[in-house]
Amino acid sequence: MTAGDVVGFAFRALRGHRLRTALSLLGVSIGVAAVITLTALGEGARRYVLAQFAAVGSNMVVVLPGRAETTGAMPGFGGTPRDLTLDDALAVARGVPGVDKAAPLVIGTETVAFGARRRQVAVAGSSHEMLEVRRLSVARGRFLPEQPWDRGAPVVVLGSKLAAELFPGAEPLGQVVRIGDWRMRVIGVTAPRGQQLGMDMDDVAIVPVATAMQMFDRSSLFRLLLQARSHHRLDTVKAATLKLLSERHGEEDVTVITQDAVLSAFDSILGALTRALGGLAAISLAVAGVGIMNVMLVSVSERTREIGLLKALGAGRRQVLAAFLAEAVLISSAGGVLGLALGFAAVQVLVAIFPALPASPPAWAVAAAFLMSVAVGAVFGVVPARRATRLDPVAALGGR
Amino acid sequence: MIRLVDICRTYDLGGNPVRALVDVTEEIASGEHLAIMGPSGSGKSTLLHVLGCLDRPDAGRYELDGRDVSALDDDALSLLRRHTIGFVFQSFHLVPRLTARENVELPMVFAGVPAAERRERAMAKLRAVGLEPRASHRPDQLSGGERQRVALARATVLEPKLLLADEPTGNLDGASGRHVLEILSRMNADGLTLVVVTHDPAVARRARRLIVLRDGHVVFRGSGEQIHEAVELLSTGDGEGDAAPAPGRP
Ligand SMILES: Nc1ncnc2c1ncn2[C@@H]1O[C@H](COP(=O)(O)OP(=O)(O)OP(=O)(O)O)[C@@H](O)[C@H]1O
Ligand SMILES: [Mg+2]
Repeated sequence: MTAGDVVGFAFRALRGHRLRTALSLLGVSIGVAAVITLTALGEGARRYVLAQFAAVGSNMVVVLPGRAETTGAMPGFGGTPRDLTLDDALAVARGVPGVDKAAPLVIGTETVAFGARRRQVAVAGSSHEMLEVRRLSVARGRFLPEQPWDRGAPVVVLGSKLAAELFPGAEPLGQVVRIGDWRMRVIGVTAPRGQQLGMDMDDVAIVPVATAMQMFDRSSLFRLLLQARSHHRLDTVKAATLKLLSERHGEEDVTVITQDAVLSAFDSILGALTRALGGLAAISLAVAGVGIMNVMLVSVSERTREIGLLKALGAGRRQVLAAFLAEAVLISSAGGVLGLALGFAAVQVLVAIFPALPASPPAWAVAAAFLMSVAVGAVFGVVPARRATRLDPVAALGGR
Repeated sequence: MIRLVDICRTYDLGGNPVRALVDVTEEIASGEHLAIMGPSGSGKSTLLHVLGCLDRPDAGRYELDGRDVSALDDDALSLLRRHTIGFVFQSFHLVPRLTARENVELPMVFAGVPAAERRERAMAKLRAVGLEPRASHRPDQLSGGERQRVALARATVLEPKLLLADEPTGNLDGASGRHVLEILSRMNADGLTLVVVTHDPAVARRARRLIVLRDGHVVFRGSGEQIHEAVELLSTGDGEGDAAPAPGRP
């Protein structure tokens, strides 16, 4: 009995019961389609986040004051870490090989006002290099001037949204706004950038770092952003920065993180989420397997005479087993194929509705869903098929 | 060809033992035509199932072609059923969703005969029973007599040595029944060993040899011509005997 014979025989048996075959097939395809769709969503979320990081710049190294505690507390909070000073930042920018650009960053919150219009926003103190390191671009005017970091200036670059709020329909360039008690001249407006890692880059006021440190009375930077010359130098830049700052401070009291570390953390969290979604959907596949088992048990008891006959004609145990297992596997794998089609169609619909979400099922999920659909038939078909092989042919033929 | 020695088969019906065969000792020669008669429940079908290796006796010795069948495992028994033994049943037992030709092909499928050869041999067998034009009909499109002829073709397509028929004409009208019997006789004349269980004296008469079972015992042995003695014996039984043509249990 060749594989073709087994499949042919099983196929004809199934064709005799179209409705219940179709229903149990549908059960499997819903399970497979669920796996495909949900993992596609998870994968879409992962890709979305990765794309966000890529937009920020993938060669970025971030230095923060304070040590990353083993207790898991956020570095820079809790305790009183030693300052990360402007001098430290300059030393790193000049002394660490492989650093292409460095941008200091001080963050505070202040009210920005123009006439009667006022708005509470994040004020970022930084330098000219910020433009490139954070992949910003200027829509009007210019960015912060190239000047020594320790020299302040009464100038400000507005985010696009902030500019629109303060100067509806008017020209902001050259105007003087008040930031807290400070009077600052608007020299530029950035192009819309959107949310970037939790900070709305369109609703900020960017001032020279020295000015911001005075404004908020800070002696320490919030961050030092470094852009490595190339991706594969990230690790050496990170190590050299850490070494240099440790030497300057006499102890290791800063934290250096690469974009990669953050990225891989997000990557693994979202990857786990995707797998969990896939696992949940796979449960419905197991339920579909129970459906197949039920249908096959009914089929075996309906066909006891036929099974008895097959045995009388000389069918061996393995042949009877193969014939009934083939029916179960045929149902489940056909359901798998249909499920793949349904799943991919559903993903297409999702993408059409949410174009921003790059939803697409990962290859492992597609392969696993299909293999599982086949396996479901094989596993849940065993019990009915074994029942068929165990039938006493005499009793089966007599129908007693 | 066949040697049965003290074969016993007892069914357990809720604690009550039902002795379907009691110490049956019988020899069946190669090429023989044997009829088995007996009242309903006398053990005829049970004996046929034992002969066909579908059922195992509880005691006794069964030799088929010089081999001790009781020593064989399930796989060896299915090989025996496939190649040495053919079965025909009162209710035909065709697979309803398969055509006549596909039904005839079934034993060859299990035997691993290649598809093209299967088709050819099935058609040849159907031709031999006069059903070539009906090859692509399904059983529900065939008459009873035609169905039984398909079953006959199927039973003999792997050229077995032994054909076992349980009431082969029990569900057929006179003409169809005679047609089936003629084919059986012809096959027997070609060397096939034939064992037919029947209620019908007209069927039994054709056999060279005749045995009668009652309550699992062989109570009569004779030739086909002695059918009248057998019928008489059956009708003078303890009221249970029925020599009338097949009231037939399905
Ligand atoms: N599977 C079984 N379980 C219990 N008892 C059985 C079984 N099969 C047969 N018997 C009993 O064994 C005895 C012989 O049965 P068998 O079928 O051989 O009779 P038979 O001669 O073929 O009768 P009939 O002419 O009605 O077909 C009967 O008493 C029957 O009830
Ligand atoms: Mg019977």
